[in-house]
Amino acid sequence: MYDVAVIGCGVIGAAAAFELSKYQLRVLVLERENDVAMGASRANSAIIHAGYDPKPGTLMARLNVLGNEMAEGLCRDLSVPFQRVGSLVLAFSEEEMETVRELYDRGEKNGVPGQRILTGEQVREMEPEASEKVVGALYAPSAGIINPWDYTLAFAETAVRNGAEIRLNAAVEGIERQGDHYLLHTAAGDVEAKYVVNAAGVESGRIHEMVAEKTFTILPNRGEYYLMDKCEGGRARHVLFQCPNKDGKGVLVAPTTGGNLIVGPNAEGVTDAHRVNNTAAGMAFVQKKAALSVPGLNFRNSIRNFAGIRANSDKDEFQIGVAAENFIDLAGIKSPGLSSAPAIALECVELLKQCGLHFEPKANPVTTRKKVRFRKLNDEEKQAAIRENPLYGRVICRCETITEGEIVDAIHSPIPPCSLDGVKRRAGTGMGRCQGGFCGPRVLDILARELKRNPMDILQDGEGSNILLSETKREVEA
Amino acid sequence: MTYDLIVVGGGPAGLAAANSAWQKGLKHILIVERDKELGGILNQCIHNGFGLHRFKEELTGPEYAGRFIDMLKDTGVEVMTDAMVLEINREHEVHVISAEKGYQVLQAKSVVLAMGCRERTRGAIAIPGDRPAGVFTAGSAQRYLNMEGYMVGKRVVILGSGDIGLIMARRMTLEGAKVLACVEVMPYSGGLMRNIVQCLQDWDIPLYLSHTITDIVATNGRVSHVTVSKVDEGRNPVPGSEMEFDCDTVLLSVGLIPENELTRAAGIEMDGRTNGAVVYENMETSVPGIFACGNVVHVHDLVDYVSAESERAGAAAADYVLGAPADEKALNLVNGNGVSYTVPQKIRPGRVAKAADVFFRVRQIFGNSVIEVRDGDNVLASYKREHMAPGEMEHILIPRVLLDKAQSDTVTVSAREA
Repeated sequence: MYDVAVIGCGVIGAAAAFELSKYQLRVLVLERENDVAMGASRANSAIIHAGYDPKPGTLMARLNVLGNEMAEGLCRDLSVPFQRVGSLVLAFSEEEMETVRELYDRGEKNGVPGQRILTGEQVREMEPEASEKVVGALYAPSAGIINPWDYTLAFAETAVRNGAEIRLNAAVEGIERQGDHYLLHTAAGDVEAKYVVNAAGVESGRIHEMVAEKTFTILPNRGEYYLMDKCEGGRARHVLFQCPNKDGKGVLVAPTTGGNLIVGPNAEGVTDAHRVNNTAAGMAFVQKKAALSVPGLNFRNSIRNFAGIRANSDKDEFQIGVAAENFIDLAGIKSPGLSSAPAIALECVELLKQCGLHFEPKANPVTTRKKVRFRKLNDEEKQAAIRENPLYGRVICRCETITEGEIVDAIHSPIPPCSLDGVKRRAGTGMGRCQGGFCGPRVLDILARELKRNPMDILQDGEGSNILLSETKREVEA
Repeated sequence: MTYDLIVVGGGPAGLAAANSAWQKGLKHILIVERDKELGGILNQCIHNGFGLHRFKEELTGPEYAGRFIDMLKDTGVEVMTDAMVLEINREHEVHVISAEKGYQVLQAKSVVLAMGCRERTRGAIAIPGDRPAGVFTAGSAQRYLNMEGYMVGKRVVILGSGDIGLIMARRMTLEGAKVLACVEVMPYSGGLMRNIVQCLQDWDIPLYLSHTITDIVATNGRVSHVTVSKVDEGRNPVPGSEMEFDCDTVLLSVGLIPENELTRAAGIEMDGRTNGAVVYENMETSVPGIFACGNVVHVHDLVDYVSAESERAGAAAADYVLGAPADEKALNLVNGNGVSYTVPQKIRPGRVAKAADVFFRVRQIFGNSVIEVRDGDNVLASYKREHMAPGEMEHILIPRVLLDKAQSDTVTVSAREA
């Protein structure tokens, strides 16, 4: 019997599990995919928003600003790439300057620190590549850029080191109330838990309806992106938003923590909440809109397109609360969900307390994570790292300078990956301009070796994504 | 200790450069190779057809590399494998890491850049659709098959008609896969004619020119089918022309990009058309004493030409170390009508012995045609061709005596139908 079962290991479930793992509780995280951060947490704008977007007085406003505040310390302690680069909401007309002023007012009410309204000249001073047509902007210095899947991994791995358990490939198929606890039927067997936390992202509506009346509807919404080569990375120094409209926050151009440039997203309602395909129309829309902010963008330097699905709902608010007895919804978490994640986790603890769960802190919970990122070391540190472990001297991913040592570290991390993309999320292999063309076969080899598996069982990504289908013809014996 | 020459990369370019520098008298030469053995990408090219120009016989890739590796055995050239160069600077310092020797900063009198090239990816051409397993660059698939011994698919569509894709069409067929189509967005193939014949036509694999993949659809994480559409002259898909292919694999052979991160970081002048360094007639870059050769400068069709170019680079590095002539006046080569680039981009006539080798590619297909080298309106030299195509690199020799006649400081290379 678990004290708490958390459904879903995106950034919300992972942050909740991390918070819960600091207490003397038996915590189990159930994830439908074969790895963590497989939904919106891995395919988004990678932004920690300042918090001027949500309406004052909403949970979204409060949790965004608090989550933003918490991000810096958490990322430092958990070794997650994060930079508080600041954001600009660009206005291209007097009408849009009106929106900028409204956002400023909202931001002030929400407690966003350091906001300023800038002129077009000031914007171009800060952003030399910004369009001549920009007439002004809202500057929010507290906005940041983050590696979103590593944020998720950092929470989940640290939770596991604190004793939380995680079960992958364990989609929840049904939930029954049995006396004083819940019985959860999952693809990986039945589970009993006294309390349940629903952090199932695009599935959070379905999970909610397993125990309670329908109160909201998830409206999956796809956003498509370009990830650009590092040679384009300098085109934006801040997160460059356009004025929000009814379709969302608009297309942004922003640096990434990896030194690339991210461009997107569009917003399109979709029926299949798990299909993250790109479309010709979506990509063309993103190109066109992004060029308004930064006319010099060169899309020939794109290294990857991707798409993510937002867990939007028919409500203009996160669906956070007690859905049924001892059952907490962290549902309908759309943007700014990533920014709010650690604050949502605190909210989750409060709600569980209200439900009567007793929280006894652990004496010395793990709250830090160390990670070797070879290319970030100085020359002496590189020397020392290789001396200690010669595998740090063997570069496997040329584009990103990722060593075999880092790959082996990733494979033996608290939540071991089973796929090339799993290693990519942990070590950064294949993130570069050749997109794993060179290192893919080598990483596959290392995965098979370290996991003692047949290379044909190594996956690209999710279940079924086998890379190798058979062995080639062998020599015929005479 | 200071090396006379450090060669970055132990593929065909690096091997030939090191060997010729040794023949020219350099004694302290080091090749740094990131793989576990020398030979570079030739090691996975197990088909034959290499060496027809150089050795007058058909060799496989490993055999061709083996010839050069054998030549090195009789020299004192040092080799460091499983080692990666992280940085090079204008002072000829080379930062290297390896599991065996850790992090080292090595000093050289000259450097030859021979890092080769990499394949363009799906991201660079923004193919719509799902992003499942089963989409490979042709070279990665080649590695899985020929080096690791695994098949990556059973039913294959190839996008792009670059040489590696063509070679893989035949290779996959020989291994029992069904190659359904080779799809090329341009109205002509990007590969060599001999590969079109030997790798597609001989196996009844259809080549769809002016077509592209407009959707990739997955089932359970692996490619399940693709949509192929005809494209108009602006390369935009033509609605209503869609064809569907049930396949589990897409191979991409959509171009090669010289791998010049080290070059750029060293502040060496680059050519936006080749994506390689701007080089002089002897393959010297804008930084004195740093040379470049092979696919890191421009993408070649034939390794034989890589070897020849690299031998010139190696010899020039030796000349530089053993006493470089002073800098002299240089002519800029300009891309005229029909020419997309030239290598070299600059020629110092004073350093040309008899004639300067100039390589270039044309922008479109030419029938009976003339290549002209002009100084203003004055035609310095002209060359006849029966056929030219973007997929086939052209080579001309411009005699020193003609270069000396140039009045201005630019010389234009152009092509026209005869």
